[in-house]
Amino acid sequence: MGIRERLSGNEAVAYAMKQINPDAMGAYPITPSTEIPQYFSAYVDNGEVDTEFIAVESEHSAMSACIGAQAAGCRAISATSSCGLIYMAEMLYVAASDRLPITLAVSCRALSGPININNDHSDVMAVRDAGWLILFAETNQEAYDNYLQAMRIGEAVSLPIMICQDGFITSHAIENIELVETEKVREFVGEYRPKHFLLNPDEPIAVGPYSTPVYYMETKRQQAQATLDARAVIKNVAQEFAAMTGRQYGLIETYQMDDAEEAIVIIGSSAGTAREAIKQLRRLGHKVGMIKVRSFRPFPVEEIAAALQAVKAFAVMDKDDSFNGHCGPLFAETAAALYAQGISGPKGISYIYGLGGRDVRVESIQHVFSELEKIAQTGNPGATYRYLDVRE
Amino acid sequence: MSHLAKDMTASVTWKDITPGGVIFEGGTSKVVETGDWRTVKPVLDSSKCKQCLLCAPVCPDMSIPVDKEGKRGDFNYFFCKGCGICANVCPFGAITMVGDDQ
Amino acid sequence: MSYSLKENIIKEDRFAGGHRMCAGCGCPIAVRTVLRALEPEDHAVVCSATSCLEVSSFMYPYTSYQDSFIHNAFENAAATLSGVETAYRVMKKMGKIDASYKFIAFGGDGGTYDIGFQSLSGAMERGHDMVYVCYDNEAYMNTGIQRSSSTPQFADTTTTPVGKMIPGKPQQKKNLTKIMVAHGIPYVAQTTFFGNFKDITEKSQKAIYTPGPAFLNIMAPCPRGWRYPSEKLMEITKLAIETCVWPLYEVIEGKYVLNYRPKEKLPVQEYLKVQGRFSHMFHPGNEWMIEQVQQEVDLNWKELLKLCGT
Repeated sequence: MGIRERLSGNEAVAYAMKQINPDAMGAYPITPSTEIPQYFSAYVDNGEVDTEFIAVESEHSAMSACIGAQAAGCRAISATSSCGLIYMAEMLYVAASDRLPITLAVSCRALSGPININNDHSDVMAVRDAGWLILFAETNQEAYDNYLQAMRIGEAVSLPIMICQDGFITSHAIENIELVETEKVREFVGEYRPKHFLLNPDEPIAVGPYSTPVYYMETKRQQAQATLDARAVIKNVAQEFAAMTGRQYGLIETYQMDDAEEAIVIIGSSAGTAREAIKQLRRLGHKVGMIKVRSFRPFPVEEIAAALQAVKAFAVMDKDDSFNGHCGPLFAETAAALYAQGISGPKGISYIYGLGGRDVRVESIQHVFSELEKIAQTGNPGATYRYLDVRE
Repeated sequence: MSHLAKDMTASVTWKDITPGGVIFEGGTSKVVETGDWRTVKPVLDSSKCKQCLLCAPVCPDMSIPVDKEGKRGDFNYFFCKGCGICANVCPFGAITMVGDDQ
Repeated sequence: MSYSLKENIIKEDRFAGGHRMCAGCGCPIAVRTVLRALEPEDHAVVCSATSCLEVSSFMYPYTSYQDSFIHNAFENAAATLSGVETAYRVMKKMGKIDASYKFIAFGGDGGTYDIGFQSLSGAMERGHDMVYVCYDNEAYMNTGIQRSSSTPQFADTTTTPVGKMIPGKPQQKKNLTKIMVAHGIPYVAQTTFFGNFKDITEKSQKAIYTPGPAFLNIMAPCPRGWRYPSEKLMEITKLAIETCVWPLYEVIEGKYVLNYRPKEKLPVQEYLKVQGRFSHMFHPGNEWMIEQVQQEVDLNWKELLKLCGT
């Protein structure tokens, strides 16, 4: 039986870090993730962990130092948000290309400009192609659980992994949480034993080559394979985690999808709001459901296609706009997944919502479902690129 | 599956290439010939050489071998690019740059 | 222990041939000299900023480093190596490693004075036990001789071409060595290739074996960018020293030490006239440029003498 506690999302992640006791943390302050290194520094300064904290002068250096430490043979972690995440974007690509399983906690926040400290997913979506594995959490419990599973996943495929939660909504809200005993955590996560590392006196290595066109593409193809392989790893680690805690995770979570005629695809804390909206609509006899995406990288192509194939209409909810003039990034990926699986029946629309902390209410989601019902009845999607809850 | 640098040839497949482009050995560039860049080459006149060794540290290409007794040997033409710094620094005129028609 | 060129040069090189730096380039001379200052029993992790050095010394699958090496990006050699050094301290603390390691980063002036400056400043301030070596060739040579904040005044570069209105780089060279001294780190030195390599070798040894952060600024001429015949390297560096354009000094725990005082300080044109990048300064009517540079050099030299208490 776990330990019952009440923690904010940031505290929960910091506590998971403490339980894991990694080797090095490089981090820089930014709202709203900054509490994570704050809590963690206290663990370091009180001797509760063996970790060395590198108080770098920027997020770019935070990830650079993590790359150095992980390549040297250590477990390296960081935490960031928003502009900090895209300031380290260049290094995110290198971490993935160097195949270093660094773990990064992200408390998602809108990107400037205008500057805004509240939640949306524009930060993570901006670095979605950096080659990192990306898991999103709906609740504090999920943020904590995802973090405990992160290193197992990343290290199995030699890829870095981002554990994302919604800034303030999850990161600062205090919720009941069930923690795993530290001995069990350490046993579950295990020791980090890289095959090759800089500080091996018996085998000098060279990391980060200049790669000519003769080699570059083979290196990238191998990296792509690691992302593909991560699908099975995420599921296997989730199974082991379920055996330990009883809490089940997959690449996606479906809610009321068995007979759903209208569905939404959503990421993060808004899934909680959507669940309540669906409960109410179901009571009124509406056949509505939800797909919550946990793993954004790798993208759950088959799972999403299977879940959506029988619906009449669906809306993909994006807390980010691609500014491509037609849809958000999650819609683009979802539509591509359906097309690749040969599914063209359901009518799909893209909703941009919740930007910069715009509140998402149960009524907001119910409005989306009422629009979907109209589409299901008429077969006409109308405008496929829509903004939700914006003053007209 | 070999992860030796020598097997990372232009025909290595994506399955066999070293992960992340990491190389698991030191000094693998030693098989790369840079001597073929040369248009002029240094020639040592051993009779004039006083073994002062001033030529050795100035070489950008590790092409002036010095043995354990501290005696310089002949040039390593596999690496020498013919820059001429050694000839210019020799106080005794023991090194001459000559046209290299290899 | 007194310096012996013979003792120095019989040590095995830790930088291998087969690298693709240009013929006569100063940078590989700096790299092999610094790495030779390591005691043979010590291991090292070498880091390079993206630069001529990096693309020429680790072009897949050919590394020129006998030791472990990491390249990350252009602007973060110091931050990257600070991560490696931290990992070493953790592994030591946890009893996971016995071997002794030293940490040496190399960056060009672009990667050090400019884009990598923040990362360098941060790593030095945090006090990591590492050496950062700038091989200063006074412009972005890897991308084709663009000006950096290290480029001297009036130099002709591809982004400060000598034009009808603007005669080369308008600004003076940034004094990075002094900025690094201001960080209050235990060891800072400025050096270049000179005579029997005593100065650069001893400074490399001190930088590596002084606990805590150290910074070495090594003038490393680029025959292509400075436009001089490649064989003249040692004449160029000697002239830089004898004209006091590039004085040899070190700062140990904040105390300035002058390592070489020219018997007769040469006029600056002796250094300028042998380089194509300054050739326009010798055109009739441009005497003021040489005078201005001379004034700058004189001022800096006077200040340095004062700091060194001589």
